[in-house]
Amino acid sequence: MTFIAKPKIAHPSLPKNALGLTRREYEGALSTLCAGCGHDSITAAITEACWELSLEPQNVVKLSGIGCSSKTTAYFVSGGHGFNSVHGRMPSIAMGANAANRNLHYIGVSGDGDTLSIGLGQFCHAIRRNLNMLYIIENNGVYGLTKGQFSASADIGTKAKKGETNFQPPIDPVLLAMTLGATFVARSFSGDKRQLVPLIQAGLRHKGFALIDVLSPCVTFNDHEGSTKSYAYTREHYEPAVHADFVPLEREIVADYQEGETLPVVMHDGSRIVLRKLEAGYDPTNRVVAATHIQERMKAGEYLTGLLYVEESETEFHDINATPDAPLNSLPFEALTPGSKGLEKVLARYR
Amino acid sequence: MSTSTLNPAARRVNDFAIKIATVNGTGSASANTLLMKSIFRSGIPVMGKNYFPSNIQGLPTWYEIRVTKDGYVARSGRVDIMVAMNAETYARDVKEVAPGGYLVYDSTWPRPALLKREDITVIGVPLARLCNESFNGVRTRILMKNICYAGVLAALLDLDLDLIRKLLAETYAKKPQLVDSNMKAIQLGYDYAKANFTCPLPLRVEKLDKTANHILIDGNTAAALGCVFAGATVAAWYPITPSTSLMDAYKSFADRMRVDPATGRKNFAFIQAEDELAAIGMVIGANWNGARAFTATSGPGISLMNEFLGLAYYAEVPAVIFDIQRVGPSTGMPTRTQQCDVMACAYASHGDTRHVCLYPANPEECFYMAVQAFDLAERLQTPVLVLSDLDIGMNDWMCRDLKWDDSYRPDRGKVLDKEAVMKLEKFHRFIDKDGDGIPYRTLPGTHPKGAYFARGSGHSQYGTYTEDSTEYQIVLDRLVKKWDTARKLVPRAVIDATAGSDIGIVSIGSCEGAIREAMDILKAHDVGVDYMRVRSFPFSEDVERFLAAHKLLFVVEQNRDAQFRSLLTLESSVEKSKLRSLLHYNGMPISSSFIVDGVLAEISPRGIARPKDAAAG
Repeated sequence: MTFIAKPKIAHPSLPKNALGLTRREYEGALSTLCAGCGHDSITAAITEACWELSLEPQNVVKLSGIGCSSKTTAYFVSGGHGFNSVHGRMPSIAMGANAANRNLHYIGVSGDGDTLSIGLGQFCHAIRRNLNMLYIIENNGVYGLTKGQFSASADIGTKAKKGETNFQPPIDPVLLAMTLGATFVARSFSGDKRQLVPLIQAGLRHKGFALIDVLSPCVTFNDHEGSTKSYAYTREHYEPAVHADFVPLEREIVADYQEGETLPVVMHDGSRIVLRKLEAGYDPTNRVVAATHIQERMKAGEYLTGLLYVEESETEFHDINATPDAPLNSLPFEALTPGSKGLEKVLARYR
Repeated sequence: MSTSTLNPAARRVNDFAIKIATVNGTGSASANTLLMKSIFRSGIPVMGKNYFPSNIQGLPTWYEIRVTKDGYVARSGRVDIMVAMNAETYARDVKEVAPGGYLVYDSTWPRPALLKREDITVIGVPLARLCNESFNGVRTRILMKNICYAGVLAALLDLDLDLIRKLLAETYAKKPQLVDSNMKAIQLGYDYAKANFTCPLPLRVEKLDKTANHILIDGNTAAALGCVFAGATVAAWYPITPSTSLMDAYKSFADRMRVDPATGRKNFAFIQAEDELAAIGMVIGANWNGARAFTATSGPGISLMNEFLGLAYYAEVPAVIFDIQRVGPSTGMPTRTQQCDVMACAYASHGDTRHVCLYPANPEECFYMAVQAFDLAERLQTPVLVLSDLDIGMNDWMCRDLKWDDSYRPDRGKVLDKEAVMKLEKFHRFIDKDGDGIPYRTLPGTHPKGAYFARGSGHSQYGTYTEDSTEYQIVLDRLVKKWDTARKLVPRAVIDATAGSDIGIVSIGSCEGAIREAMDILKAHDVGVDYMRVRSFPFSEDVERFLAAHKLLFVVEQNRDAQFRSLLTLESSVEKSKLRSLLHYNGMPISSSFIVDGVLAEISPRGIARPKDAAAG
């Protein structure tokens, strides 16, 4: 048997969320990724975020394409449906699923190959439609399952495990998404759970397309000396620019923020993200300023992280399409078919 | 003269074909529709075919109108009246007129060279001069010149001018000034013809009452209507000729009939995708999530959708795909017709895959098969491809009134709701509980107990990932069982064995009209043939019986490589040596004469005199 179910042994003292569920009930199958893989940390962060938000497990829809990252949708929230589709095409599956039922939480997990090479087109168009989903890129700069080829996010000058150097410029999903009009753009690091969990929560609550590019080192093929996506290199070069605390609707803000340093952003459901600027001159609500700043720091070899840009959008796909509040898949047949009388009326035009 | 036109003298009233050669983008479509509809409204069965270029303005385009008292819906392969409005194509247009026929042309610029043929009558009307004298503006003059030839034909054929006026009033209900100007152009042509020629011609129309309870509709419109009535809520597509009008029609019907009047909200989602890969992905995602979703495309789109079709087959997700076939390979001739995706659809995608295909023959069947496609896709949890073509999809066909049974309820297949899931000890996605090869599925959001992981990678019958040979094979073998169930659910073949002959014609889709007429003509030659039109893949059980019961079988199809014949030999036990292919693949819709000539050549090569100029359409 190549499927490994996680043993469900729950300690009675495990804390419960508002639905009375423990963290264990937000877990999935046992990961088959390499020990130490950054992706497993992200899986843990997603699990934590969903539990804390008390999402109904069956309302979580997990979507992915192909690659190591895409396997991970099996490793969290086993009570939600998952769809592991074809390489680079997860956004279209997500679009269709979301069109059928707008009321579920859609979490897409993809990799840098799945998103930035084979799936670049679908990624861009999902952003253009402001498809209401959380899209996580588990970005390690390398193709893992096919053993170590450079991906489109590999930096110039980075070295492959076998010694080859990359000379092609990388595609940066954060800058790309900002250019395309994305309304929630974040970057994080798999090793920084404190930063990542609230970002995932905010992303899940965001109305529209929420992108989190997570630097997630590949321990097997891209964690060596000379790689710009190794744990050591990432730790040294990642720079939190904005810290985001997610404050659900039902909770009061208790943290003690200094006036002027914090910026609360109210989300469509009334919950808030409190942004704390860690960098002078950074403005996560100004697309142009933010993009310029990210690029400048990138030139200096640093990845800015945090919720880099946010705009609580008014119009996601369904608003533009004017679909009803009830999911399309729940409409009774009577509401959909014009019946024989309707047909007679139509035919009059063809006589 | 073709062997199919035995007695030209008897074919004059309500039985002839007009071909109109124009330049595209000059408004000739309105004139042609006007002519066709006025004949239809006169109670006379009529066929219209549009041969248009893949271009917006300036290239040659033809429209063929066949007036057919016997109600034949295909081309005869013969042109009796040519309206030559395009100097660029004069030479070939003149050649195409059947002996004894007529040529109408714009004599503002006399073309004595045209008169070379002595076996036809040339009718010169100074259309440009007439319109230049009566209308202002270059664009108006060009448009009115085309309406003017409709007036000429009205006089020559004895069409009812009141009827034409009424049609114009309907068409331009919101722009009444256009009714007057169009009518003026009609009258100009009509009066000139009346004054200068003996009207009507021996080829003319006479009112009948054969079009009651019939409509003139194209297959894409009918298929779109079927999608609306079947309750499809998600439509995703990428523009491609000749399928685009199906999606346009769906949107326009849905915008009228699917909007909640109180809230203005739309009970459908219409998504223009970034390409066909995304379009089919959206359709699969939506169907997986419990919506009836569909896409329409053509050959190049089918090629792009292959990977996803394999996923839907293996992950067992319903999907409905309309393939409006056009001429291939590659870009081919996008505005010409063929049946060239038969094999590409039957086995689309890598690995062992087989897809349910439906083959509608006309717009009427497009409507009913659209509804059936959704029922089959959801019942069988698999993609269903509806293989129409450009001829069916974009030409106006006369067909019986579409009927809707108000007691119809969609077959949503084996979907477990929360209550049903709760009753189970454990839910397993791919277990064959009922022995028909069809497992039960759940929709996202139902209950954690019903959650499963859909995947294109190897999976066990429990829905878990597997690389175990036995587990993998159990699922693959069950899919074969499901295929056998499909065979019992798909539409049966249409069989006409009234001739009780040893000879049979076997075909699919839009060849139907030409075959029916060819059978009548063959009968007049004392050649009786039986006929089977296959309507689905997998083949229904009656197909095998028909193939076995006939000694010689003509397989008629519209592609070069005999794709349907290949499918027959692969998927039935028919003896290959019994099959004779009649292949029509020049991009024009198949004609009855092509079939008659093909059959006669095989069964009595020397028995029938076949003149050299036989028009093989």
